[in-house]
Amino acid sequence: MRPLTEEETRVMFEKIAKYIGENLQLLVDRPDGTYCFRLHNDRVYYVSEKILKLAANISGDKLVSLGTCFGKFTKTHKFRLHITALDYLAPYAKYKVWIKPGAEQSFLYGNHVLKSGLGRITENTSQYQGVVVYSMADIPLKLLK
Amino acid sequence: MEGQNVEELLAKAERDEAEKLQRITVHKELELEFDLGNLLASDRNPPTGLRHAGPTQEAELRALARDNTQLLINQLWQLPTERVEEALVARLPEPTTRLPREKPVPRPRPLTRWQQFARLKGIRPKKKTNLVWDEVSGQWRRRWGYQRARDDTKEWLIEVPSSADPMEDQFAKRIQAKKERVAKNELNRLRNLARAHKIQLPSATGMHPTGHQSKEELGRAMQVARVSTASVGRFQERLPKEKAPRGSGKKRKFQPLFGDFAAEKKSQLEMLRVMNSKKPQMDVTRATNKQMREEDQEEAAKRRKMSQKGKRKGGRQGPGGKRKGGPPSQGGKRKGGLGGKMNSAPPGLGGRRKGGQHHGGKRRK
Repeated sequence: MRPLTEEETRVMFEKIAKYIGENLQLLVDRPDGTYCFRLHNDRVYYVSEKILKLAANISGDKLVSLGTCFGKFTKTHKFRLHITALDYLAPYAKYKVWIKPGAEQSFLYGNHVLKSGLGRITENTSQYQGVVVYSMADIPLKLLK
Repeated sequence: MEGQNVEELLAKAERDEAEKLQRITVHKELELEFDLGNLLASDRNPPTGLRHAGPTQEAELRALARDNTQLLINQLWQLPTERVEEALVARLPEPTTRLPREKPVPRPRPLTRWQQFARLKGIRPKKKTNLVWDEVSGQWRRRWGYQRARDDTKEWLIEVPSSADPMEDQFAKRIQAKKERVAKNELNRLRNLARAHKIQLPSATGMHPTGHQSKEELGRAMQVARVSTASVGRFQERLPKEKAPRGSGKKRKFQPLFGDFAAEKKSQLEMLRVMNSKKPQMDVTRATNKQMREEDQEEAAKRRKMSQKGKRKGGRQGPGGKRKGGPPSQGGKRKGGLGGKMNSAPPGLGGRRKGGQHHGGKRRK
């Protein structure tokens, strides 16, 4: 377990900034506690300082996971965001897309969403923008590019 | 009146005394167990008052602690005291409770080379006497060490053997031999130690004096020899079948796990700031699209006016000529300033609309 290097933090921030933009600094600098990113077995975990201190007592090969897994670095050092990061990124999302209940099931099983299935969308969303997909009941479903 | 006050005072004093006495003597059903060496008092009385397990029982806990501490201190006062530099000190007895280990049990060390050999051969250490009779001095002397029995460096007369060079200094030769033996012993001891702690011995040449070396040691010695040229091994050719050694690069050093959190946060925020400042504030495509759309609208308006006035030909040429400029940089930048502001509008406002249809309301100054 170790902190991220400069290069790795930059790659990760660039990825996350696609979805939440400048609100990323609210993740880094939180008023309700010190949270930090730590790397363990190529996975990036977002963990509070208290839990980090406790996790340091577990040996590396026995430690499975700590805090919230945001994503992992692939063998070629690209960052892949995981669905477990959704809870932390959804509140800060800049561009949101709501889908109708009818299309929601199909979407969750991996199919594309047609235009008719689209409920609302924030204005000024440009093409190929990273968005967070919500259901009609304002439940975040997915991070989409 | 005064009499009453005095009486009151006396009564109060009496009550205070009684309270103090009561405080000093504590009554417990079961006596406490004391280990005065560790200043420990164990109370085995069942904690009846604390069975509620509710929110804080602060007052009761505090009273319990006070009582037990009072008993402990009563015991301490009964110890034999002595005076040390103007302070009255009680001499504590030996501690009776056995404390657990602080560190884990030590691992068994690997055997030294002699021990391995002895085990192999089945050699057991022979019991030897401490003192040996020394003929020369006529006394019992140690077997080894200071003023030992047979110390050949301390001889006052040495015969020069017939085979040796008459000019050679035999005394110096013996002292030299002794030094070599001592050095060899020291080397072996350090090697045993290194093997026990699994660290690498630093060696000047990497070659063993007697030539018994393992494959890894030879490989390492070769690597060191290759790198010790003026160009640090860059122009050394390899033998036809020699392979480059793996893992001879620099080891990466990472930040410590619990480094300074504030510093980490600051550097991350700084990186974010730099990232945000590098991103272009205006989206070039959107700016150009907007510009072109507005120009189209103006042309359409002009054309309508021209057609109303009836001058169709002239009207068509004019606005058409202007179009070639495309989005000049200054025009683009102005639009971009407005365009950038539009981008960062809170998404909640525009939530109802599909796509990004702007009003035509922005006027170019």
